[in-house]
Amino acid sequence: MKQTNLFYLTIMLFIMAISIGFSSNFSSDNFSEKELEEKTENEVTDRAKSLEGFDKMMQVLTHKRCVNCHPAGDRPHQGEDSHVHNFNVQRGASNFGAPAFNCNTCHHEENNDIAGVPGAPEWSLAPREMAWEGLSRVEIARSMMDPEINGNRDLEHVVEHLTEHELVLWAWNPGVDNEGNPREKPPVSKEDYIAAVKQWAENGAVIPEK
Amino acid sequence: MKISFNINGAPQTVETDGNTPLLWIIRDVLDLKGTKFGCGKAACGACTIHVEGMQVRSCSYPAKLAEGKNITTIEGLSDGDNLHPVQQAWMEEIVPQCGYCQPGFMMATAALLEVNPNPTDEDIDNNIVNVCRCATYYRMRKAIHRAAEIKSANL
Repeated sequence: MKQTNLFYLTIMLFIMAISIGFSSNFSSDNFSEKELEEKTENEVTDRAKSLEGFDKMMQVLTHKRCVNCHPAGDRPHQGEDSHVHNFNVQRGASNFGAPAFNCNTCHHEENNDIAGVPGAPEWSLAPREMAWEGLSRVEIARSMMDPEINGNRDLEHVVEHLTEHELVLWAWNPGVDNEGNPREKPPVSKEDYIAAVKQWAENGAVIPEK
Repeated sequence: MKISFNINGAPQTVETDGNTPLLWIIRDVLDLKGTKFGCGKAACGACTIHVEGMQVRSCSYPAKLAEGKNITTIEGLSDGDNLHPVQQAWMEEIVPQCGYCQPGFMMATAALLEVNPNPTDEDIDNNIVNVCRCATYYRMRKAIHRAAEIKSANL
């Protein structure tokens, strides 16, 4: 009888030992406690890096060189004081002005420093859905990442637009105004901005709560 | 640099700095004085011409962009002796006062009628934004509507 009890006890202990082994292995998605700690630390680091990129990127995207052509209404803005564009300039059906008085009546593929008229390829307004005027930086980022209003762009294409489009990069080559005064550039250099956009995107494209 | 283009239906080649405003090529090199210098800042519209049928401020249009393009100035608006409907309407309504800005207005109007044969007052406000210091705007508005009538009657 004693021998039988000892046998059952041994079997039970063996099963318990195996159960504990399994449960400790799977309780943390196959990560040891140390690995889990490292993973969490990495996630925190990635988020911090992404947010650091976000802060720098948004210093540019909220600058007048960007927002003047992302107006909330149907009139572009212009100048250092972002006044409504002179000459009754309208958005038009294609974000390119009125049918017979469009952006290319005055703006061409490059700045004209003789007349003080700015220019870059594809000079036009951002679509109405992409209005940034009056939005917070978080709201701008959310709208920028929403495929329903960003022209169905995924993150890769958002980054491409932000870092390669000649009209976006014109912000660092804004030319002079009609009195010969240089237009203000964004507060971050072009190289730092491009690096910041990539840092933000590659580390999770985190958008803060506020 | 050498720049070749068609102006008022005739080919032209000019030797110039590519950044020279096309206005000065038209006036000083080609001696077509109908296109006027007003502000030099693409603001007043006195220098308006057509490039490929669209209105352009020639004071802010670098000559190098004209390469291979079709340019029309006020001198080329009529079809020989047949006045353009805009020119006929301008005469009928006796629009000009001093006249200096009128070629620009007429070129802008002709461009508008090509894309909008029957413009409303709002269409006129949104597409014809030139400046007239004699304030002939009221007569111009009448003339633009009249030009639309003449043009559609001619079709």
